[in-house]
Amino acid sequence: MTLLSLHDLSVDLRGRPILADITLEVGRGEFVGLIGPNGAGKTTLMRAALGLLPFTGHSSLCALSDAARARSVAWLPQAREIAWPVSVENVVKLGRLPHGTGTRRMDEAAVNMALDRMALKPLRHRTATRLSGGEQARVLIARALAQETPLLMADEPIAGLDPAHQIATMEVFAGLAAEGQGVIASLHDLGLAVRHCTRLVLLAEHRVLADGRPEEVLTPERLARAFNVTGYHAQSEDGPVFQPLRVVRDNDPRD
Amino acid sequence: MSRLTLALSLLVLALAVLSLVLGPADIPAAEGLRALLAGGEGPVPLVMREVRLPRMILAIVIGGSLGLAGAAMQGYLRNPLAEPGLVGISGTAALGAVLTLHTGLAALWPLALPAGALAGAGLAVALVMTLAGPRGGSLTLILAGIAISAMAGALTSLVLNLSPNPYAANEIVFWMMGSLADRSMLHVWLALPLSLLGWAMILPLGRGLDALTLGEDAAGSMGVSLTRLRWLLVLGTACVVGAGTAVAGAIGFVGLVVPHLLRPLVGARPSALLGASALGGAAMLLAADIAVRLVLPERDLKLGVVTALVGAPLFLHLIYRLRKEGL
Amino acid sequence: MNVCTDQLAMMLADPGQLLSVSAFATDPRMSSMPEEAAAYRVNHGRAEEIYTMRPDLVIAGAFSNRQSVDMLRRLGVEVVVVEPAYGLDDVPDRIREVGRALGQGDRAGRMARAFEERLARLRSGRDDGLRAALYYANGYTSGGKTLAGQILQAAGFRNVAEEVGLSNGGTMPLEVLAMTAPDAIITGRPHAGAARAEAILDHPVVRALRAESADMVVPDTDWVCGTPHALDAVAALREARLALAAR
Repeated sequence: MTLLSLHDLSVDLRGRPILADITLEVGRGEFVGLIGPNGAGKTTLMRAALGLLPFTGHSSLCALSDAARARSVAWLPQAREIAWPVSVENVVKLGRLPHGTGTRRMDEAAVNMALDRMALKPLRHRTATRLSGGEQARVLIARALAQETPLLMADEPIAGLDPAHQIATMEVFAGLAAEGQGVIASLHDLGLAVRHCTRLVLLAEHRVLADGRPEEVLTPERLARAFNVTGYHAQSEDGPVFQPLRVVRDNDPRD
Repeated sequence: MSRLTLALSLLVLALAVLSLVLGPADIPAAEGLRALLAGGEGPVPLVMREVRLPRMILAIVIGGSLGLAGAAMQGYLRNPLAEPGLVGISGTAALGAVLTLHTGLAALWPLALPAGALAGAGLAVALVMTLAGPRGGSLTLILAGIAISAMAGALTSLVLNLSPNPYAANEIVFWMMGSLADRSMLHVWLALPLSLLGWAMILPLGRGLDALTLGEDAAGSMGVSLTRLRWLLVLGTACVVGAGTAVAGAIGFVGLVVPHLLRPLVGARPSALLGASALGGAAMLLAADIAVRLVLPERDLKLGVVTALVGAPLFLHLIYRLRKEGL
Repeated sequence: MNVCTDQLAMMLADPGQLLSVSAFATDPRMSSMPEEAAAYRVNHGRAEEIYTMRPDLVIAGAFSNRQSVDMLRRLGVEVVVVEPAYGLDDVPDRIREVGRALGQGDRAGRMARAFEERLARLRSGRDDGLRAALYYANGYTSGGKTLAGQILQAAGFRNVAEEVGLSNGGTMPLEVLAMTAPDAIITGRPHAGAARAEAILDHPVVRALRAESADMVVPDTDWVCGTPHALDAVAALREARLALAAR
């Protein structure tokens, strides 16, 4: 079943084209890594798909009512904002807002599950704003998980986390996909993307430059074209390994 | 009902009774309360029903409104400095009221007075929200507030100075500091319906304000219609502040002090803060009004004097703390 | 340059002797003699405008703008400052004082004696125990040590302000007024233009008291100044008292 379907989606901001004619489908069981250089439009693509930005074309999510969309997709913005000194538990509970009242027991279960998945149970009663940046990021991921939507969209969810929590978070996302949900996350760490994502979508030059299994997408030509880097790619007994190596200066006139 | 709500309700009740039995005329408490309930002939029922009762009701309605409006604005702007008085909403409401009084509109149509104040307040809320932006930075918020307050204050003084009535110029203080002295049931009927309307608009916004804790994008994706929220907040705040200011002048700092004190007690959740701040605001204004009667009963000390004496140091403290966190 | 001395001066001066009166003297809300005042040039109490009229003498009130008075004196103009009348018994002295300043001592003496005789006539009469309250804008009242309070007393009323210890006058809270339950309540005539200060006179409590007692609206003009017109106020109030006592 399709969780997100974009058709000919284009976004212009202040007269400049950011995205042109994006067509994309994401289904159940997929953990899509949205990759691309800075300014490629990863955030813009997700926000437009959610209807948070004006765009032309079609987005299946945007066609839904506010309430229905809130039960179909959870969105984790890049700006990690917690405005008030609320407890961790109460932040995570906010994820239950779209489900209305009268579902107390289900709410509690969802909150507990989310706290558990992000290893936040010990921090449950702490004040969220007094936690470290990485801890706050995990609290916010837990909030999105508590929303219990078929699709989760996250903007750079693992930036600023320590290696253990980066890996743990990627595993949580991969686990959700394995359970039949869908996850779309923009990522800069190509190594983690290759190891955990079931599919990569490479955004560059205002469009989808490549879309497919990680090893198909990250070819040397595309790495050079989109990221200006070379990379090392290998299959270890512990799964695929990818490491960017050096910057290619193909645009440098001195070359 | 949570324990906090219960405690605040009891506090409001106790202060309300105190407000009824205290006054410059020496009326024994029991006799006064009996006259209030049973009515009858003579001056005591008159004093209780026409002087002290409206004063008590207005303190609750206006205090509650200011507390509620402060909590709601802070929730929306995610800034503890947002307060109807400080950002110039009360001042502009006072200007609207003064304009209807001195153009004679209020004499032609009694509802013109609250309507004028409502229009003034609405204009100021809209202006503040536009200037301070959705994520109200403290600096912009305070600067916008200074500009709007100064403008409204100057225009109010101008209108009052131009009035042919020799007493009008002395009223600048009333409009800028607020007072509940000598209000009657007529004022209650002017302020109450509009205040109730405003409460009905603001109180259900709790869930949306909770979601806004995580920012506009997150709130939007959780099914909160930000446009609707913004409109209800602007209109609701304009209603409650306009209604209160029309009959009691601009009373500052209630919407700052009360949410600030109660926030830790409700776990900082904006939704829980709304009701608690309304009760807290009612209690604070009742207490302030009792204070002005006890301290200088003959001098008609203005309410704003008391609220500012409590509120201004707290305001400075808040600015200091925010500065440490970076504005 | 004072509404009270203006009126005394208009009564006492020879034709052509008085050059200018203050703008207040022409204001029917403040002055008992607005028509008479219309015949004179108007000043606003500013030293500059008064100096350019080149007067030999300026009569000012004790509450006239001090800066203007000092400036006029520095410019070499003679200024006589007349204290206001704090009671009815002060009035003959004020009349004589203004008369002396204008060189109209005889006329002033006659007027002062007439005032004293009329006052004595008005004061006679028995005390029928009727109590009245003076109530002005902002809840202000006047006690027995003020001109207005003495006018009330001369008319034979007992002043409730005395009962609550406000013999100098001051703010009487609405509820205190209600508790005194006076037989008559005397308010000023509202000015043009709305003012919250005067809204208190429309408060239900004041309205209820008016309904139960005699309600008298007396023009402020005769109360403000210690001139022979103050006796008009006494006479008017005395009539009202007699009518009330007969009821």
